[in-house]
Amino acid sequence: MTQRSRLHVPHPPARPGDKPDFSYVQISPAGAVPRPEVTAAPREMERLAVEMVRVLDEHHSAVGPWNPLLEPEDLQVGLRHMLLNRVFDERMQRMQRQGRISFYMKSTGEEAVSVAQAMALQPGDMFFPSYRNQGLQIVRGRNLVDLMCQCLSNTHDMCKGRQMPIMYHWGRGNIFSISGNLATQFPQAVGWAMAAALKGEDRIAASWIGEGASAEADFHHAMTFAEVYKAPVILNIVNNQWAISTFQGFAGGEQRTFAARGLGYGMPGIRVDGNDFLAIYAVTQWAAERARKSGGPTLIELVTYRAGAHSTSDDPSRYRPRDEWKAWPLGDPIERLRAHLIALGEWSEERHAALEKELEAHVSACWKEAMSYGTLTEGPKLDPRTMFDDVYAKTPQHLLRQRAQLESIGAARPGDGSEDAEDLQREARFAAKEG
Amino acid sequence: MNMVQALNSAMDIMLGRDPRVVIMGEDIGFFGGVFRCTDGLQRKYGEQRVLDTPIAEGGIVAAAIGMGVNGLKPVAEIQFADYIYPAFDQVVSELARLRYRTAGEYSAAVTIRTPCGGGIRGGQTHSQSPEGIFTHVCGIKVVMPSNPYDAKGLLISSIEDEDPVVFFEPKRIYNGPFDGDPNKPAVPWSSHPKGEVPGGYYTEPIGKAVITRPGKDVTVLAYGTMVHVAEAAVRLAAVDAEIVDVRTLAPLDVDTLCTSVCKTGRCVVVHEATRFSGYGAELVATVQEECFWQLEAPIQRVTGWDTPYPHAFEWEYFPGPQRIAAALQAAMQPA
Repeated sequence: MTQRSRLHVPHPPARPGDKPDFSYVQISPAGAVPRPEVTAAPREMERLAVEMVRVLDEHHSAVGPWNPLLEPEDLQVGLRHMLLNRVFDERMQRMQRQGRISFYMKSTGEEAVSVAQAMALQPGDMFFPSYRNQGLQIVRGRNLVDLMCQCLSNTHDMCKGRQMPIMYHWGRGNIFSISGNLATQFPQAVGWAMAAALKGEDRIAASWIGEGASAEADFHHAMTFAEVYKAPVILNIVNNQWAISTFQGFAGGEQRTFAARGLGYGMPGIRVDGNDFLAIYAVTQWAAERARKSGGPTLIELVTYRAGAHSTSDDPSRYRPRDEWKAWPLGDPIERLRAHLIALGEWSEERHAALEKELEAHVSACWKEAMSYGTLTEGPKLDPRTMFDDVYAKTPQHLLRQRAQLESIGAARPGDGSEDAEDLQREARFAAKEG
Repeated sequence: MNMVQALNSAMDIMLGRDPRVVIMGEDIGFFGGVFRCTDGLQRKYGEQRVLDTPIAEGGIVAAAIGMGVNGLKPVAEIQFADYIYPAFDQVVSELARLRYRTAGEYSAAVTIRTPCGGGIRGGQTHSQSPEGIFTHVCGIKVVMPSNPYDAKGLLISSIEDEDPVVFFEPKRIYNGPFDGDPNKPAVPWSSHPKGEVPGGYYTEPIGKAVITRPGKDVTVLAYGTMVHVAEAAVRLAAVDAEIVDVRTLAPLDVDTLCTSVCKTGRCVVVHEATRFSGYGAELVATVQEECFWQLEAPIQRVTGWDTPYPHAFEWEYFPGPQRIAAALQAAMQPA
């Protein structure tokens, strides 16, 4: 205490050149946290928000009351999805570096979050993802070509060239559209879940934000509405320690866990090892069962680490120790599940290497196909006239006039060979992107 | 019916006709709304479909979007247009663009009702007219009726519309038409032909303006409360003006507006909102583009001053009949 007030500006434990320090991360031993009944009152499980649900121990065994007792085949599927997620990310990152796509965001180190959670939920459940949840798409069987075409803004782009890379959506797969404005999907997921309850459906919603975005007002709106109406929704905070260059302390993580915020709203908050596939699966299953039984929402904090950059636009060695991920105490989710399967006698180094090779070949084949539908700069092009579609259900008069204006300056026919027309197409595409 | 009853009737009918319709907002359920627009609806349709909400405009619109994505047709009330700003991101970045950014795969047919405008001693936080902020956003429709008959028909159209609609309700004329003179006794809607509202279902089209007073000398473009103030101004100025009630600000009925101006050759644009970058600027630019060679005089604009809405100087601020009459006379000057 001092005699006058002093502004506290949070500092991460380590910046570039410092020794990584994760002593602030409270970790419970695997199997140590009790598993309450799904119908339990939030006040009976306040410790869940402070401790950390973990299943995989240091000997690669699954232990304790949260062990979801999955079959080895399910674990192998989970491993495959996570590995595909990582191989896909690596390829897309490389393609951005080669200038094939304008932007990318990897989920390296956090693959267990999306993969385990999507596997624990039903196909009819609705996902409101953030931008680092490509694993949700993979689990639901999305053709990678579709995701790649979106990143390429090519003729098969689901967004018709209107969104920057990774802003996917999938109607048939019950995955909502990703927004660049953070946390907006959180209260929307609650509204979706309210409607499901109102209609008497069995479906639930799940949404994801980063710990950084939990500072947005939308987080508070989502939590309030979810609890007030006991909406069947799972609200997930992926605490990957870093929001671009600001550490989790800037979102209010210095004094209390993010999971503990659930308690303030009257809902369960569960803090889980975000690199432990089994623990994530179990916690998600618990929250889903609670939601389906009219028990209302659950806030889950998934403690993980963003191993890569925020996006292809930043260099993390400018704001955190270069080797910080190596010191991350919860390890690598893929390595941990692999070691568990090997310990079970259900996996081997050879099978892993073969799987990796198979997935790399698969991703290469997908990329080749995606490229055949064009890129931002080469091959077949989207018709710029389509930029006027879908602003409204029926295109109104003023947009028809603007489309005619665009046509009259010769931009209507992609690839007609004239340089002027190509310039105009580029301008039109730029306008569509900015719009 | 007055406008409150007409709006209530529109929601009553739509709740009855379409099980997807849900009404939501602050104080709108048990209490029936601070302006009584939803009075009795919760008793009739239950608290699941007429939903009281937390005081969180951003949450209301976000939840409505989620409900819309899940197949409902939410009608969300924002208690005062002045309170809509916490929901701005959800309206602009989400609601308005959802169809576009998903190439038609997802959309949310949300109607946002909100009382707007001054003249009720509401000061700067209960008097604003922010319609121009929303007409600037592509992907939403913006409506502002000027009488009970239109209010009901346009609200039913808005609820039925596949696109999101921001529906502004000029609260000064909820109970009766207002000609801009606060010292005159209040006039009820029962004395006005547009106060005659059928009890059943009917619609008024979005995207169509109407001529409320035919004339040949000069065209007045107005909407909401200002339609009635303009009528008083026309009497005061003793000119044969044609008054066009714009009614739906976006999409705009350019044909009706410009056919009138091309006929009269003169134009006065009136709104209660502030002037700079206001909706009137769009009207003036459109008229200029379409009617330049028919214009006999510069287009006049009469608006609120470019200040926040002052509590004590309400009637000096309000663009009343005298100011509009002066603009009409200026527009009538020979070239």
